[in-house]
Amino acid sequence: MSTTQLLIRGGRLIDPLRSLDAEGDIAIVGERIVAVGAAPEGFVPDQTLDARGLIVLPGLIDLCARLGEPGYEHEGMLETELRAALAGGVTRVVCSPDTDPVLDEPSLVEMLRWRARRIKSARVYPLGALTKGLQGERLSEMAELTRASCIGFSQADTPVADTKVLFSAMQYASTFGYKVWLRAKDAALSRGGIAASGAYAQRLGLAGVPVIAETVALLTLFELMRATGCAVHVSKLASSAGVALVRQAKAEGLPITCDVSINNLMLTDLDIGYFDARARLDPPLRQSRDRDALRAALADGTIDALCSDHTPVSSDDKTQTFADAAPGATGLELLLPVVLQFAADSGLPLVQALGCVGHRAARAAGLTPATLEVGAAAECILVDPQTRWRATPEALRSQSRLTPLSEQELPGRVRHAVIDGRVVWSAQPIAVPA
Amino acid sequence: MPRAHNPQLNKNGELRHLLTPEGLPRDVLVHILDTAQGFVSFGSREVKKVPLLRGKSVFNLFFENSTRTRTTFEIAAQRLSADVFNLDIQRSSTSKGESLLDTIANLEAMDADVFVVRHADSGAPFLIARHTPPHVHVVNAGDGRHAHPTQGLLDMYTIRHFKGDFSNLTVAIVGDIVHSRVARSAIHALTTLGAAEVRAVGPKTLAPDNLRDMGVRVCHDMAEGIRGADVIMMLRLQNERMSGALLPSAHEFNMTYGLTTERLALAKPDAIVMHPGPINRGVEIDSAVADGPRSVILDQVRFGIAVRMAVLSIVASTESPA
Repeated sequence: MSTTQLLIRGGRLIDPLRSLDAEGDIAIVGERIVAVGAAPEGFVPDQTLDARGLIVLPGLIDLCARLGEPGYEHEGMLETELRAALAGGVTRVVCSPDTDPVLDEPSLVEMLRWRARRIKSARVYPLGALTKGLQGERLSEMAELTRASCIGFSQADTPVADTKVLFSAMQYASTFGYKVWLRAKDAALSRGGIAASGAYAQRLGLAGVPVIAETVALLTLFELMRATGCAVHVSKLASSAGVALVRQAKAEGLPITCDVSINNLMLTDLDIGYFDARARLDPPLRQSRDRDALRAALADGTIDALCSDHTPVSSDDKTQTFADAAPGATGLELLLPVVLQFAADSGLPLVQALGCVGHRAARAAGLTPATLEVGAAAECILVDPQTRWRATPEALRSQSRLTPLSEQELPGRVRHAVIDGRVVWSAQPIAVPA
Repeated sequence: MPRAHNPQLNKNGELRHLLTPEGLPRDVLVHILDTAQGFVSFGSREVKKVPLLRGKSVFNLFFENSTRTRTTFEIAAQRLSADVFNLDIQRSSTSKGESLLDTIANLEAMDADVFVVRHADSGAPFLIARHTPPHVHVVNAGDGRHAHPTQGLLDMYTIRHFKGDFSNLTVAIVGDIVHSRVARSAIHALTTLGAAEVRAVGPKTLAPDNLRDMGVRVCHDMAEGIRGADVIMMLRLQNERMSGALLPSAHEFNMTYGLTTERLALAKPDAIVMHPGPINRGVEIDSAVADGPRSVILDQVRFGIAVRMAVLSIVASTESPA
């Protein structure tokens, strides 16, 4: 097969990494970008994507998603969830190790990578389990798992209760320069909690997770980082007090990065309404002052990245009492709309706002950012930023269709996704070739 | 934001489910109390029945143990001439929660008209109300820590019976507020009905300062809490709280927050003493007080039947316009 030539014509090109925001074309030969701005003289494309009225930007990276595999192979979860990722403009998915079985065996990771490659969809970057079975007792084989392509080690949403084990795990990981991904969630203080402590949970009689569950965990983590030198990524920061502590730690120079989920960025505990199980999330939705602090921190870079926290939960598992409902919400298809809405709300220029799902997120994960630059692998998406839509179950492609965000209209739909120069996904109707 | 329409009311603002006193308009609460007043004398009549619910089926669904509440609902429904079915559904840990909506669907197939629901999880009656057809009514008989609206209303009935009016009243609620659905429902009903001051009294582990957000004054000192009160509502201290991380012992609780004759002297001379029962004598309340002249604990039980009759008859007669 001869090398394909692809022309993306007439879009608004935005590349946060290069602070680029300009109209222009992108010419792609094979896997690589050969021109940005104007196509080279005599460039004859095999395929043209009409990008007029659209934004062209590097594919997004999502730092926290669950793809249902291993565990739900029979339902073809990986295929549908990776398609959903592309439909949301996410070309790279960092997946959490809390699968069934847990990603603590190199062979499981290799199988996942192999399956993902075969599907030829969004790219998968697995996090290995920090401890065997996420039990917080024995370390997993981090070097073996790294060889099997894990990009870091995580406890997913299960904190290590034993601080001595956590200390050892961080010592061991830092020996090899591995990054450890942790939730700021004190095991004892968060135990039994199903909503954020505060007036609303008190009113509904829902057991609370106090803010100190986050701050105590962060302070412990900082001490362990000082003692071990281990680099840490804090997943899904959720409180104003937590943000303040991370800001101090960064000022001190601790090797820390962090993210916030789309739910905590957009919603508050009031969105639980009358025990709406779609708003049962981990971390729980907190108060508006927390949401405001998270937004400010994402805008000023204290929070490096925005993640979808995509968690496939069946409708049966949500049709339960609030306490019994499985925590989590669909998110892959909402990451981009939430960033666009965040940019609009905060007044941040798009080229700045998009960094939190682009190069800033990639760097936090230790990955080379996607970019719109001559010579780079062509990994980009074409986005219609105007269309507003609601993430109702019918509008989503993921097998998991429930989210508290479906109550809001959000901007932005992805028209095409390109990975390595190939159009891997197109919305219907597919744009008419020129 | 997406705060749904109050699911307890139909489009005309009438009560179709009773799930919590929170968010109910004052006139809805007063209507229940007024209706109950008509039923209070029933118990002493020769014929204790009225045909208001004749031909209707009331299902008592108790996912959590209860004798007293279930019995009073049963009596209330029978006095209204309804057919009453009691189902004690112990929650099995294997089919945790899963059976809930299945159970409801099965019972609907048996043409239930009213579900009286008790469940260990806060919000369970809301879930059921959301998944039942429009002609079925749900009455919450206690959900987790969240609400116990008929208890709250019978407490209001009792207070109104003895005090006449709420506007000048100081009400002290004492004990384990944080885990108490009785306290929450009383607080919402009292603030809606316009009580002058509601106090939540207990140690910080059981009466945390953030209860202020519910419109109460939080007191950690028992003397301060009951001084000058018109009504003292003692809460039952659950066995599992009597010793552990929240309280060292029942004895120490009695020493610091128990209602004794000496402490009662701090309240208004005509103050009434209430308790939702069953009482732990010598823990939250001394026998001399529980059995004393200021205690209205047994009146609460008597009024409880009338209030439940009122609630059942009101919700069952509410249409659900499309």
